[in-house]
Amino acid sequence: MTHAPRWVALGNIAIQALVLGAFLAAWEITAREKLINPFLLPALSDVVVRMAQDIASGVAIVDLSLTLYRALSGFAIAALIGIPLGVLMARSALFRWFFDPLISAGFPMPKIAFLPIFVLWFGLFDTSKIIMVAFSAVFPVVSAAYAGTQGVDKWPLWSARALGAKERELLWEIILPMALPQMITTVVTEMLMSGKGLGGTMINAGRFADSVGVFGGIVEIAIVGILVIRGVEILRRRLLVWHAEARVEG
Amino acid sequence: MPGALVRYVPILIVFGLWEAATRYGFVSKALVPDLANVGAAFWQLLASGELLFNAGHSLARAFVGLAAATAFGIVAGLLMATIRPVRLLINPLVQVFYPMPKSALIPVVMVWFGLGDMSKIVLIFLGCILPVVVSTYNGARGVDHVLVWSAASLGASRRAILTEIVLPAAMPEILNGIRTALAFSFILMVSSEFIMAKDGIGYLIATLGDGGAYAAMFACIFTVAGVGFGADRMFGLLIRRTLRWREQ
Repeated sequence: MTHAPRWVALGNIAIQALVLGAFLAAWEITAREKLINPFLLPALSDVVVRMAQDIASGVAIVDLSLTLYRALSGFAIAALIGIPLGVLMARSALFRWFFDPLISAGFPMPKIAFLPIFVLWFGLFDTSKIIMVAFSAVFPVVSAAYAGTQGVDKWPLWSARALGAKERELLWEIILPMALPQMITTVVTEMLMSGKGLGGTMINAGRFADSVGVFGGIVEIAIVGILVIRGVEILRRRLLVWHAEARVEG
Repeated sequence: MPGALVRYVPILIVFGLWEAATRYGFVSKALVPDLANVGAAFWQLLASGELLFNAGHSLARAFVGLAAATAFGIVAGLLMATIRPVRLLINPLVQVFYPMPKSALIPVVMVWFGLGDMSKIVLIFLGCILPVVVSTYNGARGVDHVLVWSAASLGASRRAILTEIVLPAAMPEILNGIRTALAFSFILMVSSEFIMAKDGIGYLIATLGDGGAYAAMFACIFTVAGVGFGADRMFGLLIRRTLRWREQ
């Protein structure tokens, strides 16, 4: 089953693309024929036109770059703090003793609940949003770095010459996929606190009962989410051709 | 139990540092209320019934959404794993919707299902179903073929194979998927209640914060965090009990 002939794989891709096409067509037709109130479900074509306008006028670009800037800054902070901490936890018993319960208690907590505290401390602007993202992302980053370092340490003989490089790659390979979902927190913070960004613009559209704008926001966020995750997957496979897991999945 | 207590000593140390920092004025009490005040506020919220009322509402929403997502997700995942047309139909939708942040749907569920319970339940359902579907699918596809073949050669029906071989064999992955979904349900519950609600713990946090009652706000936030943590731990225990037969 894993070694299906090429044409079967291509056929599967074609069928799946067709399903998506049918899904989008069904959306357009139900909206065009007014089977559903257009306020509840605006036509796909209207949404696309609006998105094109927003891109042409630069509004969407500004929002997108703001959101990405916040998400990436938050993630960078989480990586800057989390990776050394995870590595230290794997190497030092004292660090492990102190931080292990904190990380394992913090990991399953709904971090978004802490947002009002960050607003109180850091105000309504970029800082609190970025810190919120960093706070959500730091837990998976630490535990991935911890697990990654331990995994490396378990095979001390395993090609010592490349250990330095491989260790770093291994970290990224585990950390990025684990922490990515947390970066989505950005959109939520923007929805809660407004101040532009994809989430802020979308919730504003919702407040003004502009359903075309809301759906445009959803489609934009979905596209960005898919692109980022696919991009990381490709990057992962490129960087880690040597790694067993990357090969099996391919 | 004492072992667990010793393990969580660092958490007590952090709380001790917090109390010391506020008591000796290292940080302003306006920004960080001291622990005693937070405790008092917690007790007051508890005594007035406000906390239980709102938390109960929130948990009921999370539970209904998560339960529905689990039921539908397991069925969909099993069907995807065993029936090819279903797989081809559902897989592209899962692929597209999985990376999409479900919180983006908050404005839409708000318009479609109103400001009451339904919109939150639908949102939690949508957020929780995908991890369950994906983990069930992966678990069911990873089932040892020998098990399936031997059951089939002994004359088991398709349905019996599905419910008595594939489902139990896929259980570890399914339970892990539900654990992920459990975390999502808390996040979606709180963030949707922040944005649109008339009650619920998220609403309570937002109103307390807006009113400047920071000690009470901290109390509610730590309640949510604690309940989320506790739910995850309990589910972890449940997983270990259910899967005891596997560990040999």
